[in-house]
Order: sequence, then C-alpha cells, then structure tokens
Amino acid sequence: MGTYLAIGLGTALGGMARYWCSGAVARRWGERFPWGTLVVNLLGSFAIGLLAGLAALPVGDGGPLLAPDLARFAMAGLCGGFTTFSSVSLQTLTLAREGEWLHAAGNVTASVLLCLGAAWLGLAAASAALAIAKEA
Amino acid sequence: MRMYWWVALGSGLGGMARYGCTELAAAWLGGAFPWGTVAVNVLGSFAIGFFAAFSGTESRVNVPAEARVFVMVGLCGGFTTFSSFSLQTLELLRDAAWLAAGANAGGSVALCLLAAWLGHASAAALSRVPRGR
Repeated sequence: MGTYLAIGLGTALGGMARYWCSGAVARRWGERFPWGTLVVNLLGSFAIGLLAGLAALPVGDGGPLLAPDLARFAMAGLCGGFTTFSSVSLQTLTLAREGEWLHAAGNVTASVLLCLGAAWLGLAAASAALAIAKEA
Repeated sequence: MRMYWWVALGSGLGGMARYGCTELAAAWLGGAFPWGTVAVNVLGSFAIGFFAAFSGTESRVNVPAEARVFVMVGLCGGFTTFSSFSLQTLELLRDAAWLAAGANAGGSVALCLLAAWLGHASAAALSRVPRGR
C-alpha cells in the first residue's frame, strides 16, 4: 500500500510538471507541432536512464544507492507521470487527420529514437558519475 | 491553478492504476518482455482518442474543460508512460534481444496509434460527429 501511495504522489507531481512544461514549450514554440510532449518525453527518458543507473549501484553497506520504494517513487512515479504515450498517440493521429503526414511520421520517429538516445545518455551519465565517485 | 489540481488528481490515480497493471502483467506473463507497459500505453491511447472525440468541438456532448484536462492530461497521461517504454527498449537492446526490442518499439507505436484511432472513431460514432472529418 505504501508503494501505491509513493507511486500516486510521484505521478501526481510528475503530471503537474508535465502540464506546466508542455504548456510553456507550446506557448514558446507554437502548437503546429507537439514540441511540448516531445520535450517532456526526452527529459523523462533521460531521467529514468540516470535513475536506473544510480539505483543499481551498491553503496558502502552493500545496499542499493536508492532504496526500492524511493526508486519506484522516482522512476515509475515522477518519470512515469512526467512522460506520456497517450498524448503522442493523439497528437500523431491529429497530425495525420490534418494530412500532415510528414509531421506525423516525424513525430513518431523522433519520439522513439530520441527518447531511446536520451535514456542511453542517462545511463551513460550515471556510469560516468559512479566511476568518478569511485576514484575520489 | 485549479487546473493543476485536476491534473494532479488524474495523474496520481492513473499512475497507481499503471503500477497495478504492470505488476499484474509481470506476475502473469513474466518480466522478459514489458507486456504491462505495452498494455497500459495501448489502453491509455484508446481512452484519450475516445475522450478527445467525445468531448471535442465536433461532439454534441458538452464536457467542461476541467473534465477534459482531468481525463486526458491527468488520467491518460499518468496511466501511460514514455520513460519506461524507452528504458525497457534500451534494456532489450543491451541484452541483444533485437527482435524483442524492435517488436516493442514498432509494436507499441503501431498499436497505440491504432488504439487512438479506434477510440476516436468509436466516440465519433457515438456522439454523432459529422462524417468525413
């Protein structure tokens, strides 16, 4: 039950941040292309990669750096609530219905490939940070 | 500011439902392939397509803006996830499970788009949106 509350709190906070962030990006870059959704998904994918890398690290007493419930709060909660697949689907469908095929295809392709790259960068950044911490 | 509370409530509920679904899928089908994430993303895409058409300007049903934000940005946004999708595809790639990684990425995109379209079409039929658009 505590896990569900942690997930609910994390997702609620992540969702509010998504609402704010995607709105701010849309106001700045316009709404012809769903930049706001792309930006939150990129940021959230980087963050979950970073957290996955850090969570796996054993610290001094052999336990993980992030306690399991804290990792779930941050990954399934914050990152899960901050990112969205449903908006990608709806916005791509809308672009396709408006005959903007290039934008629709570009949105899907960019979302998948760039978010994969962002998650990889997050994992790589965690590994680099851990290597530096070990040497220090 | 009031809209933010609707987003928070919807996202929190959606996120807890997502966690329940992914745990259930992992218990039933094992953790080798991220079935749970695929399932929540497909269901959430159907729901947002349905509600977008049901509450849209072309629908005869009048839905307040708060309800639209609660369901679409909150519930659907919190229920679905792109970050887990990215991380799980990356993990399949790292394990050299190329076929599973490709199927997860391609299958998720194709099924979610289809689900959003199906949701949109069924709500359009129900709320009698004029055809042809």
